[in-house]
Amino acid sequence: MFENIEMRVVLGNLLKETLEKDKKVVVLDADLANANGTLKLRDSFPDRAFDVGVAEANMASMAAGMASYGYKPFITSFTPFATRRIADQIAISICYSNMNVKIIGTDPGISAEFNGGTHMSVEDIGILRGIPNIVIYEPVDAVQLFKSWDAILNYVGPLYIRLFRKDSKIIFKDDYKFDLFKADILKEGKDLTIFASGIMVEESLKAIEELKGIDIELINVHTIKPIDKETVIKSALKTKRVVIAENHNIINGLGSAILETLENNPVPSKRIGIPDRFGEVGKMPYLKEIMHMTKDDIIQAVKELMTSK
Amino acid sequence: MDFKGISKQIRKDTLWTIGNLGVGHIGGSLSIIEVLVLLYYKYLNIDPSLPNKEGRDRLIVSKGHAGPAVYAVLANKGYFPKELLGTLNKNGTLLPSHCDMRLAGVDMTTGSLGQGFSCAVGIAKASKLSNDGAKIYSIIGDGESQEGQIWEAAMFAGSHKLDNFIAILDKNNYQIDGAVDVINSIDPIGDKFKAFNFEVIEVKDGNDVDQIDEALSKAKEVKGKPTMLILHTVKGKGVKSIENAGAGNHNMKYDLNKTAEFLKEVEEN
Ligand SMILES: Cc1ncc(C[n+]2csc(CCOP(=O)(O)OP(=O)(O)O)c2C)c(N)n1
Ligand SMILES: [Mg+2]
Repeated sequence: MFENIEMRVVLGNLLKETLEKDKKVVVLDADLANANGTLKLRDSFPDRAFDVGVAEANMASMAAGMASYGYKPFITSFTPFATRRIADQIAISICYSNMNVKIIGTDPGISAEFNGGTHMSVEDIGILRGIPNIVIYEPVDAVQLFKSWDAILNYVGPLYIRLFRKDSKIIFKDDYKFDLFKADILKEGKDLTIFASGIMVEESLKAIEELKGIDIELINVHTIKPIDKETVIKSALKTKRVVIAENHNIINGLGSAILETLENNPVPSKRIGIPDRFGEVGKMPYLKEIMHMTKDDIIQAVKELMTSK
Repeated sequence: MDFKGISKQIRKDTLWTIGNLGVGHIGGSLSIIEVLVLLYYKYLNIDPSLPNKEGRDRLIVSKGHAGPAVYAVLANKGYFPKELLGTLNKNGTLLPSHCDMRLAGVDMTTGSLGQGFSCAVGIAKASKLSNDGAKIYSIIGDGESQEGQIWEAAMFAGSHKLDNFIAILDKNNYQIDGAVDVINSIDPIGDKFKAFNFEVIEVKDGNDVDQIDEALSKAKEVKGKPTMLILHTVKGKGVKSIENAGAGNHNMKYDLNKTAEFLKEVEEN
């Protein structure tokens, strides 16, 4: 039911329903509502869906203030301006104060495409992972976003949604059941585990398709913090080889989170992601190519791990 | 010098640069063509053959998404071959649509709104320390002026009497999500900058080369404080259908066929 629907459209619909149901919900934008699918909310809810203008720091702390008053704010921007730009406001006004603010960052990693290096945040997970008391969640497709909505609303406290806002490759069937703190085992296997998130799940599926002789387990880690330690450790101990694929700097992202989780159970591993460099302009296929984030890069990593002792 | 004629050429090159790619920040590029032309063809003490010359005047376009307009002027000034305009946002380009100082002639990398203005104040302070007599110019947007960082920078410039600093506000009345007045009004913007110890000069028609020329020549003479030129401009200036799109012209899709129509309209105007 979500084929060819942009994630931002799903987000807009979910927020609309939520604003209807719960008078305490407010949506704050910082002049990117048009890009994030939240602009139309103002037609129906002119009081509770509004724009602070190009002023992200103010938006974050204002949201914290509203939360302290019993409101339930959602704030949105592109990932660099929803995290990097306002790291201190998130840390102090929102997380340290333990305010129930939901932060939506769109266009993660290379998906910023033509907006280029200034807008291509390679570090949003890293920044937030280092701040205590925040959940970091990256839905892989529109189905997952939709199915996770109740869990997001029911979670009281700081939560970051890392959102690919365009048309996502659909990974999940309509009967999918979501658990905010449980990673999704998309395919069981015994030779090697690929832990993936976001757009790299699709790339991993393509790699697995071509690696028919190898029995690969694929796990979609939608919640990067707190990470589902149980699933991660269990799978790694079973397969004893781990590839991590993510749309983020290989430093401080999902790869780091997984390897930290395996601290006491280390296994041979390889990380696929943005190789500690800034972004640049381009469409996704080109950016995947230059960042070594294609299915072929995953295949190569798998093969190297399979042949090493 | 025929600033009007040059503006026509730069406007056409800007339209083509974005049309050749198929999408881009056309509105905020077209609103600053005239002021860019006056700066690069009259006011800036620069030498395109020595882009990093010490003590040169500098321009920091803090609303970095206007890169296509800046690149069109730089190409016409001879900083790089005009063919490079065809590489905007193409794979491996030196011309990403947000201003990037890896390209000769661009004085600061911008695109994260608000930061360029602080960089410009830092540059003005450095020039004062160096006693090199350079003038430092910076263009900001009206939506961009909602960023707190703009006011942190302005406070310092005013407080430290940086009279080598000439700020320019492109008041085109629109940002992405709508009219600036509706989203989060910045007015009375002139009074705000006055209160921050700026000399404020209003330019009624910020797309009129004569009015801009007069204002810039006045700004150069201001002593003891920084200056803010408030240009009342039209977002998407020069092509009626783009102008009429209002906030819709911020980041617009159009192809080379449409571009041909736009160029004709500019030519005949
Ligand atoms: C810190 C930051 N937040 C958000 C954006 C996204 N953005 C790019 S342009 C723009 C609107 C700017 O409006 P204005 O300054 O009026 O520009 P103009 O009308 O001159 O194009 C926004 C919000 C950004 N580039 N940087
Ligand atoms: Mg504007």
